[in-house]
Amino acid sequence: MFDILQYTFIQNALLAGSCVAVVAAVAGYFMIVRGLTFAGHALPNIGFAGAAGAVLLGIDPVIGLFVFTIVAAIGIGFLGERINERDTVVGIIMTIALGLGILFLSLYAGFAERVYSILFGQIVGISQADVLVTIISSTVTLAILLVLFRPLLFSSFDPEVAEARGIPVRLLAILFLVLIAITVSLAVQVVGALLVFTLLVGPAATAVRIVQRPLWAIIIAIVLGVSYTCLGIFLAAISVNWPVSFFIATISFGVYLPVRLLSPLWIGRRARQKVTSTQSGVFSSGQADEQSTSVETMGRIQGKSL
Amino acid sequence: MLELLQHEFVQNAFLAGTIVAVITAVMGYFVVLRAQAFAGEALADIGFAGATGAAVLGVSSLVGMFFLTLLAAMGMGVLGERVRGRDVEIGMVLSFALGLGVLFLTIYTQFGTNASEGVGVLFGSILSVTRSDVMITLASGVITLLLLAFLFRPLLFASIDPEVAQARGVPVRLLSIVFLMLLGVTTAETILVVGVLLVLALLIAPAATALHVTKRPLTSIGLSVALGLLFTWGGLILAFVGTGRHLPVSFYISALAGISYFASMIAARIRTPRRHRDLPHPCGEHVALPDRRSPVQSDV
Repeated sequence: MFDILQYTFIQNALLAGSCVAVVAAVAGYFMIVRGLTFAGHALPNIGFAGAAGAVLLGIDPVIGLFVFTIVAAIGIGFLGERINERDTVVGIIMTIALGLGILFLSLYAGFAERVYSILFGQIVGISQADVLVTIISSTVTLAILLVLFRPLLFSSFDPEVAEARGIPVRLLAILFLVLIAITVSLAVQVVGALLVFTLLVGPAATAVRIVQRPLWAIIIAIVLGVSYTCLGIFLAAISVNWPVSFFIATISFGVYLPVRLLSPLWIGRRARQKVTSTQSGVFSSGQADEQSTSVETMGRIQGKSL
Repeated sequence: MLELLQHEFVQNAFLAGTIVAVITAVMGYFVVLRAQAFAGEALADIGFAGATGAAVLGVSSLVGMFFLTLLAAMGMGVLGERVRGRDVEIGMVLSFALGLGVLFLTIYTQFGTNASEGVGVLFGSILSVTRSDVMITLASGVITLLLLAFLFRPLLFASIDPEVAQARGVPVRLLSIVFLMLLGVTTAETILVVGVLLVLALLIAPAATALHVTKRPLTSIGLSVALGLLFTWGGLILAFVGTGRHLPVSFYISALAGISYFASMIAARIRTPRRHRDLPHPCGEHVALPDRRSPVQSDV
């Protein structure tokens, strides 16, 4: 049963999948904290449309992926400043991109196999060169995320105070969306448009429910993401030929559900403290909200002492 | 053009398109007000799992979609008292549903049939809508609209200001669950017409465009319905009559939706904001209000 691990294509899949899972877990943490879940879902779909366009033009689908996701990320960053309007803007941009994707697909007379592999992923068909490219580009993306780590964290939890402290919050917001776009474009080639979102949201959502501290949450998210991916690939390899995305999505949901339902046991105490210390009981429901309000109050105290 | 209308599939396409456009436009008004676009998108992807699952089991895809979207809507409604700000939970359910959908699609393709069924669900297949689909859509659409008319005032109140509505004794949570279930039914119908990937084109775009133009609830809903019909009919007519090549209906619908949304957005930004002050309508206030989670500002 374990001898399938000796095949090169399984090794390649595990390597590339793990790289993508690490980057997706880190980016996913910030995505959840910043309330950009919908954007994280929309960008892979937009990338799919871009890939379809590139196939139609006869160029490398990767170019289409990057162009579409980055342009869309900048568009979302500029137009979706207001929280209330952001979801609508994301939805409309995704709709336009997907409409174009359908147009490209219908214009494309040839066999659309390549396009569907973008949608559903082809993790088992990855070459050695692909693995190398994935490793390098994942490292670069991670390095950028690390450089931006502190300002990004600050501006995610408390945009107002961060802005007052001179952090370019708007620029960071757009930059972060572009980073998600790059992460998505990398990951789509390996795991497919439908699965990227699972790797972005699954590990981070579970980690955020387990611990409160950002660094620990990110580390747990990375561990979870890599284990989901490896386990998913392994199960898909030994099963008849059920898709990898199904296994990863199911494992990720299966871990998330009990954690989510039981998490009030260990984060409930803090929530109650928070309700007594601040008056905003309305937002006591979500984990990210809890964190943001508690950090917000901290920042408020700091801001006053300045 | 008129000869085309004698074909039954063209009639069915126009009938189903019209029904769906009206319902999504009315539902969409509330979806935009309640900032639940993501919930609508998630329900659409859950519908994908439902349709592919139904294909595996050999039942009508509409039945599968109704079943799963209603189930998921109930779950989402019960899990979170306010779906706004519940993005993560919605996202998790969505990713699980996508995984299931891909599995069903794989199993279905392994049975020897081609994947066109699943792809049709993703991209919409308005031209293959049958008469019985039209009947089911009509029946569920009429029920949805009647329920919406019945719930109109409390739902509007709860959508615009949930806290005050709750304090006034409006059953906000129950309304939220009922609304999500209606949204589930609506999404399943919309998938028939434009496909999973473009549900938002009919659900969000008409209402969001209308809300850029006017803030009065009834006028907005009326305008939203008119726009929804314009997109759907425009899309169908362009697809039948339009350019030499046969382009898909869903592309035209989404293109019309996107163009009108951005046009109205630019128009709303150019127009002087004085009108907002002249007409201090609660719903307009709410949409235009920046995020309220800024205790810092109140301190300063």
